[in-house]
Amino acid sequence: MILAIALVLVLAIVGIYVAIKFPQRAVSAALALVIFGSIAFHFLTPWWWTEIASNWGAMDDTIILTFWVTGSVFCAVCLFMSYCVWKFRYNKDRKAEYEPENSKLEWGLTIFTTIGVCALLAPGLIVWDKYVDPPEDAFRIEVMAQQWYWNFRLPGEDGILGLSDFDNIDEDNTFGINLDDPNGLDDILIEGDDLHILKDRSIKLNLRSIDVLHNFYVPQFRAKMDMVPGMITTYWFTPIRTGEFEILCAEYCGTSHYAMRGWVSVDEEADYKEWLSEQTTFGEMMSSLGKSNDTKLALNINGEK
Amino acid sequence: MSADSYEDVASGKNDIIPALEVPPQDLYHAKSFLTRWIFSQDAKIIGIQYALVAVSVGLVALVLSWMMRLQLAFPELVPFLGPAQYYQFVTMHGMIMVVYLLTALFLGGFGNYLIPLMVGARDMVFPYLNMVSFWTYLLAVLVLVASFFVPGGPTGAGWTLYPPQAITSGTPGGDGLGIVLMLVSLSIFVIGFTMGGLNYVITILQARTRGMTLMRMPLTIWGIFTATVLALFAFPALIVSCIMMTLDSLLGTSFFMPAIIEFGEQSEHSGGSPILFQHLFWFFGHPEVYIVALPAFGIVSDLISVHARKNIFGYRMMVWAIVIIGALSFVVWAHHMYVSGMNPWFGFFFATTTLIIAVPTALKVYNWVITLWRGNIRLTIPMLFSLAFIVTFVNGGITGLFLGNVIVDVPLSDTYFVVAHFHMVMGIAPVLVIFGAIYHWFPLITGRFLHEGMGKFHFWVTFLGSYLIYFPMHYLGFVGVPRRYYEMYESPFMTTSTVSLNQFITIAAITVGLTQIVFLYNIITSAKFGKKANRNPWEACSLEWQTADVPPTHGNFGAELPIVYRWAYDFSVPGAKDDYIPQNVAPSEVPGAKVEKT
Repeated sequence: MILAIALVLVLAIVGIYVAIKFPQRAVSAALALVIFGSIAFHFLTPWWWTEIASNWGAMDDTIILTFWVTGSVFCAVCLFMSYCVWKFRYNKDRKAEYEPENSKLEWGLTIFTTIGVCALLAPGLIVWDKYVDPPEDAFRIEVMAQQWYWNFRLPGEDGILGLSDFDNIDEDNTFGINLDDPNGLDDILIEGDDLHILKDRSIKLNLRSIDVLHNFYVPQFRAKMDMVPGMITTYWFTPIRTGEFEILCAEYCGTSHYAMRGWVSVDEEADYKEWLSEQTTFGEMMSSLGKSNDTKLALNINGEK
Repeated sequence: MSADSYEDVASGKNDIIPALEVPPQDLYHAKSFLTRWIFSQDAKIIGIQYALVAVSVGLVALVLSWMMRLQLAFPELVPFLGPAQYYQFVTMHGMIMVVYLLTALFLGGFGNYLIPLMVGARDMVFPYLNMVSFWTYLLAVLVLVASFFVPGGPTGAGWTLYPPQAITSGTPGGDGLGIVLMLVSLSIFVIGFTMGGLNYVITILQARTRGMTLMRMPLTIWGIFTATVLALFAFPALIVSCIMMTLDSLLGTSFFMPAIIEFGEQSEHSGGSPILFQHLFWFFGHPEVYIVALPAFGIVSDLISVHARKNIFGYRMMVWAIVIIGALSFVVWAHHMYVSGMNPWFGFFFATTTLIIAVPTALKVYNWVITLWRGNIRLTIPMLFSLAFIVTFVNGGITGLFLGNVIVDVPLSDTYFVVAHFHMVMGIAPVLVIFGAIYHWFPLITGRFLHEGMGKFHFWVTFLGSYLIYFPMHYLGFVGVPRRYYEMYESPFMTTSTVSLNQFITIAAITVGLTQIVFLYNIITSAKFGKKANRNPWEACSLEWQTADVPPTHGNFGAELPIVYRWAYDFSVPGAKDDYIPQNVAPSEVPGAKVEKT
């Protein structure tokens, strides 16, 4: 606040000084000051992105690249305009230049702009290609969103998430896990509590929602994807530093959207194992609810394990 | 053309007048006060009616934005504002500003006033339909406003109205009348717009005066024309999605509704696709951006040219850029949906198309500033607003290159970066053009100038103030602050507290908003007591300034329609006595003028 006010004040004082000293030039000076003020703000701002905690540093790099390319065009166009206003003020004894078209100049600018656009697009698409192509061995975690909190499901020792179905969802089986899929028995359920993940292990999130759109967003991870009821969406990332990070819902989801927060903790291996050992599996939960018979029956039918 | 010898020009041999293609139409002559001013069929009156309604409802949206800004910066000042009201205000602010203010003002307001005058027609081709269009628009506005007074209040679904939340009980107005009235109001708006839009397109294509070829039309008309064509193609997607969502909400169909659990109970819906709605919405929504932007592009081209006393640079390229932008705007819609869960391979396609659209847009910007080069620039208030438009538009345009590039969009989408971007590019930039246009055409509409001192005050506070609102707001997005948050709290990801910046933005927003009172006061007093304007006070070339009476009366051009001999940009032609030659001046009247383009 103080910085912003100080910056505005300094610019205002310079502007008023110029306006008094050169009243004819105040407009172009003001335009130039807007540009210089913007540049100053950009380099002095304390509001900048938070330290990254995932492998998506390339996203930050493409933002910086875009900043340089587009920022220079912005400054060049606006300062050129400011110069024109300075230089070509109205004089009733003078006539403006008469040149309806200049195809050389127009084509030159077209090609220049096209090159600039390609320079932005190509690196962007290369990173996007990585983003939509999760590594085969990524550890799968299911995130289940509902108004207005987060649930998580981790595969057990088999590394496979059990199948689930919307119709199975009831108050005991909040994830709708298929009772006759043995892979689901050792799944670890975390309902309304913090998620822990292992540092340096790639994670592919399977995103689900049971009511409206949500979006699993952790500013430090940079990545985002909407969660859509009726389908599973995904994205992947690799956490690269330990810490506790806040999860924010980034797709408007109703009155308490702003309060739909959670926590994810990136742990070293020892801490992670300790946390993991304290969690309950789906199978344990079912037996504690007295549904073990059903489960066993289902397993017998399938004839596995 | 420049090869014509002096004698040929002076003899009038080159004053070619094309034959009359369409016979003159019979005008409806109003007989009473009611039919002249209220149920008017005169496009000029209808344009003013559109503008008054649009501005009135826009002021409501402005006050709503103050409430939101106060909640974000000084929540203790608005204790009555809960999350439900906050989201309702967000929604109504957005929808009013985009559809009911900007679209209606540019096309209904400026379109109606300027199209017949600038193409040299006596009126729109369907004056009665034009009147019905306005009253349908007014009905849409009234239905929208009525939703403030129904139980549960207006919808708080966000202006994008994404299902399922838009019609479920977790959203304010979602299970009541709020959302239904919004959908009905939008449908009525589309119906009203279609009547007006067909009128604008057909008038431009069929009722141009003799000699007014398409490539002689002022860019204002090209902008409005292309925007109207876009709207006629885009609005059907909106109206069908509104009808389908109304059915989902009232009859329990499942166009957009999958099976969901609404507070513990399975809903009766199943099998619908929320993403289908987003495709339909943005198939309308992205062209909508250009429906607002293209008329602004056109108008600002004319303002710059007139007040710089120089022809618009690269007219043909400007026309084709408008048309190409319009066409491309139909194949970029899913850049609003990069993280919606649609097939991620679409990202490649839509990022490419989106960045391609930057090329014709950038060319327009270059041509505006090149027009200033070696011009003879009058720093009138319309010119000031045009310069400010270029700064804000370029700023907002380049942030579009961030968001259009799919991978850069991932960290920035749904943050304040997006909010800052679209306010800069389709909020502030077009509004600055609207202000410039009002200062420019006010002498035509009323015969008087707006007060210069008040105008300058209004300009500087509006331009610098709104820049101070939205420029720093981008950095909130870099921090990662999500949009549509009623309350942010201090979260550890914010390495610097955002409270002070939010307070600064709110103070700037309220200042800019209050300054509009000066503008309104200026309009009201100047209409009655302003400095009298001569005929064609800005010495412009286009036809609307060449009418027999100022302000133009019913039928626009007196006994005879003007005949057009040249484009609308013959400024500072070498050899001519004045620094402008109006479109209806025959070559024989300006011998010696070395015209290169007609």
